Amino acid sequence: MDIFLQQIINGLTTGSVYAVVALGYTMVYGIIQLINFAHGEVVMIGAMVAFTVITSLAGGTLPAPVILLAGVLAAVPTCMVIGYTLERAAYRPLRHAPRLAPLITAIGMSIILQHLALLVWGRNPMAFPQIMENPVILVGGAVITGVQIGIILLSFTMMAALTWFVYRTRFGIAIRATAENVRVAELMGVNANRVIAATFVIGAGLGAVAGVMFGTYYGIVHYTMGFTLGLKAFSAAVLGGIGNIAGAMVGGILLGLVEALATGYIGDLTNLCRWPGLGTSSMLAERCVDGGNFVVFGSNYQDVFAFLMLILVLVFRPSGLLGERVSERA
Amino acid sequence: MSFLKGRTGLIILGIALLILPFMLGMAGTAWVRIMNFAVLYVLLALGLNIVVGYAGLLDLGYIAFFAVGAYVYALLASPHFGLHLPFWIILPIGAFVACIAGMVLGAPTLRLRGDYLAIVTLGFGEIVRIFMNNLSNPINITNGPKGVNLIDPFHIGPINFAKTDTIAGLDVSGPIKYYYFLLLVLIGVIIINRRLQDSRIGRAWVAIREDEMAAKAAGINTRNIKLLAFAMGASFGGISGGMFAAIQGFVSPESFILNESIMVLAMVVLGGMGNIWGVVAGAIVLAFVPEILRYTVEPAQMALFGHTLIEPEVLRMLIFGSALVLTMRFRPAGFWPETRHKRELVEAAEK
Amino acid sequence: MTSALLEARGVGKRFGGVQALKDVSITIHQGEVYGLIGPNGAGKTTFFNVLTGLYPRDGGEVLFAGAPLNLASPHEVAKAGIARTFQNIRLFGNMTALENVMVGRHVRTHAGVFGAMLRLRSERAEEEAIRRRSEELLHYVGVADRANDLARHLSYGDQRRLEIARALATEPRLLALDEPAAGMNATETAALRVLIDGLRTDGLTVLLIEHDVKLVMGLCDRVAVLEYGEKIAEDVPAVVRADPKVIEAYIGTSAH
Repeated sequence: MDIFLQQIINGLTTGSVYAVVALGYTMVYGIIQLINFAHGEVVMIGAMVAFTVITSLAGGTLPAPVILLAGVLAAVPTCMVIGYTLERAAYRPLRHAPRLAPLITAIGMSIILQHLALLVWGRNPMAFPQIMENPVILVGGAVITGVQIGIILLSFTMMAALTWFVYRTRFGIAIRATAENVRVAELMGVNANRVIAATFVIGAGLGAVAGVMFGTYYGIVHYTMGFTLGLKAFSAAVLGGIGNIAGAMVGGILLGLVEALATGYIGDLTNLCRWPGLGTSSMLAERCVDGGNFVVFGSNYQDVFAFLMLILVLVFRPSGLLGERVSERA
Repeated sequence: MSFLKGRTGLIILGIALLILPFMLGMAGTAWVRIMNFAVLYVLLALGLNIVVGYAGLLDLGYIAFFAVGAYVYALLASPHFGLHLPFWIILPIGAFVACIAGMVLGAPTLRLRGDYLAIVTLGFGEIVRIFMNNLSNPINITNGPKGVNLIDPFHIGPINFAKTDTIAGLDVSGPIKYYYFLLLVLIGVIIINRRLQDSRIGRAWVAIREDEMAAKAAGINTRNIKLLAFAMGASFGGISGGMFAAIQGFVSPESFILNESIMVLAMVVLGGMGNIWGVVAGAIVLAFVPEILRYTVEPAQMALFGHTLIEPEVLRMLIFGSALVLTMRFRPAGFWPETRHKRELVEAAEK
Repeated sequence: MTSALLEARGVGKRFGGVQALKDVSITIHQGEVYGLIGPNGAGKTTFFNVLTGLYPRDGGEVLFAGAPLNLASPHEVAKAGIARTFQNIRLFGNMTALENVMVGRHVRTHAGVFGAMLRLRSERAEEEAIRRRSEELLHYVGVADRANDLARHLSYGDQRRLEIARALATEPRLLALDEPAAGMNATETAALRVLIDGLRTDGLTVLLIEHDVKLVMGLCDRVAVLEYGEKIAEDVPAVVRADPKVIEAYIGTSAH
């Protein structure tokens, strides 16, 4: 099996999910410069709701695609309502408060959502029902599954639709105008409150779909899944340039690829037994004998890469790959 | 807390704090232990207060520095490596290592906008935990998820903090000894905090919180001063972590999850960012919440429904989350807000 | 009075496609009140922000007291001896008036974390000196009676004066005031004029950016006029006032 190609395929798949989640962060940030910490939890709830619907319908007479669609159709409005409620109840009242206030509120909402999910769905990870047939296709020594193709296609479709919406519709123009300057947009007749609420709702809707994709791909959902997923998606948004829609997509895909490749190779790369000279040195000889290994960092460090990438981007190019230079206003 | 101003008030408070462990001890040693953990939380909250309250930097991974301090202690005073250094050597080492960790994390991020710092610290907390979970291979450093056991208690001369001694007819148990030690540390930390607050550096922190641009124009090297706040907060976290390891006798990555960072943050926010007494009060109140819930909510649920619908732990987190949201909405300065002008007035009147 | 304290040579600043400052050169002499005026959007505040290290400049250089000025960061500029105020007052709202001024002493004092924790004799003395000097400055600008009030509770005019006191606390050789009379009523403006006059008498050099042409002409020793990012005149007020280019600039803009 070709590890490189395989990891590219896997990375593309998770990267697509990251990208869709990152859109939620980047849209909100682009408009009101707030990190919506609770976004990851919204994604998690999307996955959970879909889990419940699909589990209860599975085994019935409905065909699998219909059941999956029902799961998505239940998750999306639920998350949209949560996204709207978040904005109305938690963030809007603080829009003119000191910067620290909405950040603290956001982390508070995140904790609340996470533990409400714990109440409803319990503490244990749950197996996401695999109802779709999952054909396996061989591509040049690597394997790509039907689910992976589905996720990649669906993600790209949603990203294209969002781009069209933001750049080609009247409401999209209002969104971009508000992101540019809330005051001026309001003077031009844009209802800024509605626009801001809409970005939360749209982001949450996309997040819901991402949650279902995540559940289908990994086959497991858990009330804490939103935390890591959210952190990674946020890193992706920063990587691409936060506030920039195309940046979120590029950042998501790139992060997925880097993570997959790093996870695929780090075990081999840090296996000191394979390092010329070291493997036979007296220090390691005992461990390396007969094909033994001395792996300093294994694939269990997978979740670290996104974070390291975030730090590197912040150090060397804080505005991200596609972002403009953000200078603080005088 | 005006009653603390008078000398009589101080003496009464002092006596109360001195006999408190014996009163609690009557209800069971468990309560002394709970009190000790409450004091540890107060120490943590005071450390975080420097970062969040004074300098206005949101640190969401503060527990990581606590973890660093705890692991430093665990590794240098347990059979794991066979090292048994005395506590008064390890605690400063733990503070130093945590301080370095804080600077390494802060240096690249502190020049950026505050929300980046929040997310980076959030990630950092997780990373530290991941490393503690995995650094058992290929060389066993942290012993992985199993944690480090049989950590040495404090020893001061012949006094062993794990054993009960009888002094003047009084049984002084281990937890009671730790209580007095923690109380001493707490008094020291409060004094340090008050002094910092009224110093050139403390004023610079608050100035940065109030208006970073104006602070720069007034000649403050904001980047260095912010880094200083971060490093100070981290050092306090490191010291507290060391004491935690000794008191608990055992550390594992489980103790350093995100929820702990949130709890400490809730203490600072609810008590009143920037106000020492507010933070102390907030920390004590919130530290006892789990115990209160254990003794009220669980029995109540058992009586009403015959089984536990909401675990106290879940309820606790729901309360903390709501506390953060509601405080920011309705009492953004906390329940015991910072009163700089009042303090100034009192001092002016005293002159 | 004739030695140059500050010399800006060919300073330029560009925002995207807009050339906000074009080859601006001015010389401010030791001990004078130097006015910088110009129609809205002429680049006055931009020049000010470049000069105080808030914006990086795109060209030119600035000499201060004969040496090149490090404009990399605002705190370096403050350290070199240029203090500023802001057009839209920027005080530390939740600190007292006195504390605001004490913050200004930061750059001229040294106490560190350990000094503060241990409260050694030298630190206590320094702290006492900071407090005494700050009280004097509050007195100097005339807000001593509000010393223990939070800055955000002060009246508008007092806030302007407090900001000047904070700037003075950094012991500047050049005090740069960005539209200090903006939003003031006639009485407050008159008092401000007395204050600035007093600063000159005490030997301080002042750079004044102002909208109120009357105030500038009455107060300043020399005046420069900016238009579209370029200096169109620099001389004593009487000459500048008669300059056809200046009249054109002002009447031209008011006609639009």
